[in-house]
Amino acid sequence: MSAVLFFLAAIGVIAGAIGVVVLRNPFFSVLALVAHLVSLAVLFLLLRSEFVAAVQVVVYAGAVMVLYVFVVAYVGGESDSIGERLRGVGSSQPPQVGSGLRFGGAILGVALLVELLIALIGTGLEATSGYGAGYVPGPKAFGTPAYIGNLLLTRFLLVFELASFLLLIGAVGGVVLARRRGGIGEDEPEVFVALDVPRPLGTGTTVEGVGSRTA
Amino acid sequence: MSIEWYLAVSAIVFSLGAVGVMTRRNPLVVLLCLELMLNGGNLALIAFSRMWGNGDGQILAIVVMTVAACEVCIGLGMIVAIYRRHLPIDVDELRELQG
Amino acid sequence: MSTTTYGWLVLAFPLLGTLITAFGFRLLPGRTAGWIGTAAIFLAFLAALGALISLQGHASDHRQIVSSLWSYASTVGIDAQMSILVDPLSVFMILVVSGVSTLIHLYSISYMDKDRGFVRYFSYLNFFVFSMLLLVLAGNFLLLIVGWAFVGAASYLLISFWYRRTTATKAGIKAFVINVLGDAGLVLGTYFIFKHTGTLDFLKAFHATEAGAFGHTVTGANATNPGDLVAGCILLLVGAFAKSAQIPLHTWLPDAMEGPTPVSSLIHAATMVTAGVYLIARMHPLFELAPAAEDVGAVVGAATLLIAGTIGLAQTDIKRVIAYSTMSQIGYMIMGVSVGAYAAGLFHLMTHAFFKALLFMAAGSVIGAMGGEQSLKKMGGFRKAMPFTYACFIIGGLALSGIPPFSGFFSKDEILLVTGERGGWHWALYVVGYIGAFFTAVYTFRMIFRAFHGEPVAEARELEAGHLHHADVPRNPANGEEEDTDVGFPGPNHAIAERALPMRIAMGLLALGAVGAGLIQIPKVDFVVDDFLRPSFATSKLYEPHTKGGLLAIGLTLGTLIGLAGIGLAYRIWIVGGRDAEGRFPVAEAIRMRTPGGRALYKLFVNKWYFDEAIDLLVVRPMAAAGAFARDTFERVFVDDTLIGGTTGIVRAGSAAVRAAQSGFVRYYAALLVLGVAGVGFYFLLQA
Repeated sequence: MSAVLFFLAAIGVIAGAIGVVVLRNPFFSVLALVAHLVSLAVLFLLLRSEFVAAVQVVVYAGAVMVLYVFVVAYVGGESDSIGERLRGVGSSQPPQVGSGLRFGGAILGVALLVELLIALIGTGLEATSGYGAGYVPGPKAFGTPAYIGNLLLTRFLLVFELASFLLLIGAVGGVVLARRRGGIGEDEPEVFVALDVPRPLGTGTTVEGVGSRTA
Repeated sequence: MSIEWYLAVSAIVFSLGAVGVMTRRNPLVVLLCLELMLNGGNLALIAFSRMWGNGDGQILAIVVMTVAACEVCIGLGMIVAIYRRHLPIDVDELRELQG
Repeated sequence: MSTTTYGWLVLAFPLLGTLITAFGFRLLPGRTAGWIGTAAIFLAFLAALGALISLQGHASDHRQIVSSLWSYASTVGIDAQMSILVDPLSVFMILVVSGVSTLIHLYSISYMDKDRGFVRYFSYLNFFVFSMLLLVLAGNFLLLIVGWAFVGAASYLLISFWYRRTTATKAGIKAFVINVLGDAGLVLGTYFIFKHTGTLDFLKAFHATEAGAFGHTVTGANATNPGDLVAGCILLLVGAFAKSAQIPLHTWLPDAMEGPTPVSSLIHAATMVTAGVYLIARMHPLFELAPAAEDVGAVVGAATLLIAGTIGLAQTDIKRVIAYSTMSQIGYMIMGVSVGAYAAGLFHLMTHAFFKALLFMAAGSVIGAMGGEQSLKKMGGFRKAMPFTYACFIIGGLALSGIPPFSGFFSKDEILLVTGERGGWHWALYVVGYIGAFFTAVYTFRMIFRAFHGEPVAEARELEAGHLHHADVPRNPANGEEEDTDVGFPGPNHAIAERALPMRIAMGLLALGAVGAGLIQIPKVDFVVDDFLRPSFATSKLYEPHTKGGLLAIGLTLGTLIGLAGIGLAYRIWIVGGRDAEGRFPVAEAIRMRTPGGRALYKLFVNKWYFDEAIDLLVVRPMAAAGAFARDTFERVFVDDTLIGGTTGIVRAGSAAVRAAQSGFVRYYAALLVLGVAGVGFYFLLQA
């Protein structure tokens, strides 16, 4: 039963990952990542880390991805398809580094994958072929919030504090970076459209109908 | 499933993320792929935590998530700032820091 | 006061004069600087007289006194003191130098009047006299070289005195460069001598040499010439030749006539150019042990006297004629001291100082009457207008030509006498000497007759009417360039002896010397100079003061006859022959045209035997080419492009290569990161 669940979740994870990399529209990439994250949470549950799975869904998929969605909606931007990208089409400036790297990047990624697989699976550790250490269910068992909380406030107190500090810095930094600064040159320049000028009625020029393209 | 499987998935996700970082032009998507890599690492951490039976890996995974959140915050803030200045949202165009 | 205190005073007064005039430059009104300068040298002369009297008070074998002021460098292997050597030779020299210098300073007060560089002139002139006195009083090689160099520097300063004239500055540089060549020879010669004797002091070096520092030496007919000693002496000779303007280092002397006339009179007639003669006389112990070097000196002296005599026949600038005459007479002196006629050579030095300075002063007077013009072609008939100057010229000319009873006769003939008595191949020098005497008489009286006889030129007529000629526009006599009378150019005044008392006093005293100086050394009658100088030459084998009778009578008669013959020839050509309508002399023309080879010889003499052209071809052009090569090819291609350009190019290429990694593409960096991770992982995989 857990094997089936595993495979379903694994397929979800990998499919989501592929989707993030391949999909042209960044919005769809975000959605693919959300799917990936939820599948990953399932995998965490299979590994008996219920608290981390919950955090993953709530924080990662919930907050961070929402942030992403907002920014993507604001910024937008089209990207080329993977085929175009691999061929190096669609960029205005000479894409020397760009196009060569796209292909080389894929090769590098494959090389990295092979290495990692060899490293992780070909390792001499026998424990990886097992199912993990024994599990004793209980209120403070492995993976429960109480367990995590206990660890956070005893052994990993410094880490906990530093992480919260980091969050503070990140929040402030984000605000500072993206804030609106007063003055000129910040927003769209004022576009003077001929239609803005009041015209006497009845002139009937094309400009009134269509608009000018002097912007 | 034995832990090996989880580790394999983690490796695949990580490599996919790496390929995405190197390949995509939209910085938003690059950041997304960076998230992928982090998630791959998270999965490996949780798997090892399960293997040894102590919570160190899980704590570290939570910290990684925290760090990822901060990094996303800053990164997106930068992209918004770039967008506000009417610069193209394209990593190939944003190369003023060249030698 | 002791003898050496007088010696130090002799040095102190001119130095003081220099400093006062130099630092008081703005404070000294009018001609005060001139009187201060003259007084300084006169005091030096009095101190020299004091030294003489005091020296003669010593016993005759104790007359070489060294006095050291302080120790300059006293370490292992070298002991250099600031010491002077007061002995008859140096006292003789300082008397001549300070005496003649006093008179020239006096003359200059009038000559350089109203020149804006008046104070600077006297400062330089005092500095020169100080340097010359330092040179002759030096007690070791160190001070000799110092004095030698200072004299060269003073000569440069004074030749280029009118520094806005390019001809003068070029002449100064030429003189200085050739002098430096001589300096190099002097220093190298000193090294050779120091290497073997281990000391810089004169007396110690001479004792060491005679005691065998250069190996066993024998003088006289069976002389062995130790190599280092000959080399050292020949190098010293190079120094002497450069300073005394002997062939082939003589080309600077005619150019040096660019300086004011009193400068030419003092430096380039009476004192500086005699430094070479003094050097050989002082170093006589070394030269006597290296007869090869002596022979070189004798031959060069003889060659110079002949060549310079021939060139003097063809020159038309009055000062250049006297300059070549100086060169020729110094050739006599060099020949004299090289063959061992030390007393005769030095005696000739003294008499020559008198009559040559007199001739230059008189020439300055004529140039003043001509308003700055120096060419004989434009002169004529000044006899009535300038009787005093004419008389001085005649006296000087007779002395120069060696007519008895003038002083030049006794001194020159004594040199030739001793040369003849040496026998052997020195007979050739004897003959050359008399030929040179003939030429001397001819060109001297050529100059006098051309300037003073014949139809008076316009300037002379003006002067007879009582008005001194001034050119409307002052010009450089050498190339006719216009100049003004501001500082750096000659002043507006022209002085002539008839109108300036200081000039007359100076010239008069020198004329007396030119007439009467011979009387102190009449052969067979009195030997004042010989006896006086003997203590300096006590160890010399060649110092034979009392000449034998046989050659004496022949020599004296021959000398007189030749001198008179020369004067007669000059009279025939330049007075009797008269001038034609274009101002040329028909008899001289006839000789030039009709004698076989006359035109070619004339061309050779007028072009100064092409020495300047030869030096230009052999030395100047190759050096200029080498310099141009170094600048254009070596410096540009090798150093700039290869060495410097190569190094910077390598660095630049390296940094460009490294800089290429900074492409600015974020993706690129990410790829590098992944590559790095993959690489490291690969390494660890291989390890395991």
